[in-house]
Amino acid sequence: MGHLELQHTLTGHKGRVWGADWHPKNNALATCGEDKTIRLWSQEGNRWITKTILSDSHTRTIRDISWSPCGQFLASASFDATTAIWDRKSGQFECNATLEGHENEVKSVAWSRSGSLLSTCSRDKSVWIWEVAGEDEFECAAVLNAHTQDVKKVTWHPNEDILASASYDNTIKMYKEDPADNDWMCVSTLTGHTSTVWSISFDATGNRLASCSDDRTIKIWQSYLPGNVEGIATPDGDAVWKCVCTISGHHTRSIYDISWCPHTGLIATACGDDIVRIFKEAENSTKIAPVFEIVTAQHGAHSQDVNTVKWCPSTPGLLLSTSDDGEAKIWKYES
Amino acid sequence: MLSFFRKKSLEDSSQSGDQTVPSTSSSRSSSLCDNIQFKDSDALVRELGYNNLTELKETIYDMLRTIKDPEKPSTLEDLNVVYEEGIFIQKPTSNNVAVIRVEFNPTVPHCSLATLIGLCIRVKIERNISHKLKLDIYIKKGAHATEDEINKQINDKERIAAALENPSLKNLVEICIRDEN
Repeated sequence: MGHLELQHTLTGHKGRVWGADWHPKNNALATCGEDKTIRLWSQEGNRWITKTILSDSHTRTIRDISWSPCGQFLASASFDATTAIWDRKSGQFECNATLEGHENEVKSVAWSRSGSLLSTCSRDKSVWIWEVAGEDEFECAAVLNAHTQDVKKVTWHPNEDILASASYDNTIKMYKEDPADNDWMCVSTLTGHTSTVWSISFDATGNRLASCSDDRTIKIWQSYLPGNVEGIATPDGDAVWKCVCTISGHHTRSIYDISWCPHTGLIATACGDDIVRIFKEAENSTKIAPVFEIVTAQHGAHSQDVNTVKWCPSTPGLLLSTSDDGEAKIWKYES
Repeated sequence: MLSFFRKKSLEDSSQSGDQTVPSTSSSRSSSLCDNIQFKDSDALVRELGYNNLTELKETIYDMLRTIKDPEKPSTLEDLNVVYEEGIFIQKPTSNNVAVIRVEFNPTVPHCSLATLIGLCIRVKIERNISHKLKLDIYIKKGAHATEDEINKQINDKERIAAALENPSLKNLVEICIRDEN
């Protein structure tokens, strides 16, 4: 059994803190929320302090933010239907591009592993892929209308240009570019959750995906490539995803976010019951029948719903959480 | 283990402490599990400053009864859209936050304003209650043609937050929940 130790509490936002992202390299992170601002934080000595507040770019809640893999750009998705791209070419962070096209709230934004593609999704049911075309220029490469409802989350495969999205229509979808005509298309639909899928996270290999839902369960999905030893048919030559594990009985309200640590393999969840939970793969776990055990449940991690959990990409065991209580917290997992 | 000890200590305090619990009779007859759940809720509502569960229910109901119907010159109480038996105090979260379920009964099974009513109920309670709570709002079973769809929508916190940033929708809610005098 492990436990979470609270390292820092980041206060400053007014109202809900919806999103957060660690800087890919430095001891820095960004948070965003209901107050329509983005706060950039960095560690100085043993303290985390607000270095910059970015405001005046969005007119409604900022739901999600994402650092580019190089750490030079920050993308923010807002309920005002736009996505803003920030950079510090002038020395200070400035918004130098605004991506328009969604009909209403943008819910999530994510950069691909190379940083050359950006994806956004919206209540308008669509998923957009943008190509970085040059200095402050983004071209729409695809508008994917595979979901039948509100799309809550987009995330890229860690090693390939494969995109995954989660929706209010209870499904997860995967997309890739058809090499024949460069058109993006939906290549798989993962069904099994019985209510909104709020978030998804790949493991380090990209062969497994964890999802969390309003149905209060986590599901682990395994990809089977053509020619797999298990003999799972792959009709179109694409990977087939199957649910190999459902974790239920732990969460007592909707699960808003999930993060799979690329270093430790631990899975963290953010739940509407104010608890941050950590799950670990058990010793007797196998590829086709994985077993996950809960290793800690941080009761009262926040005083209201937990909205985001994110493992630190550079320091194993460091976890960031945000909440409706207006705070972000940094935790250290100790086994 | 922890949760077991917590329950145990609550049980002890309720035996030695306050004896005035008018609504116990109905709960006593239910299963053991419900009984433990009841004691939890009961201890919590007293901690929050209410005499008992009924008082918390009445407090909530008082907030809801005066909400105006979006298209009729009547209140939700006049139209029997809300009613005291539709308010349920559920088992609190492990962190002792009250969980309240409100059921409402749209006037007609195709009522197009059911989502707006759901939104009004939520905003009115969240704005007027002084302590933390988790709120689940549902249409009375069988009372609406698309109740599952509406229930999902009015309990999706992201959709609720976005709806309340929509000026015209926000305005409609404000008009409905405004208290006269």
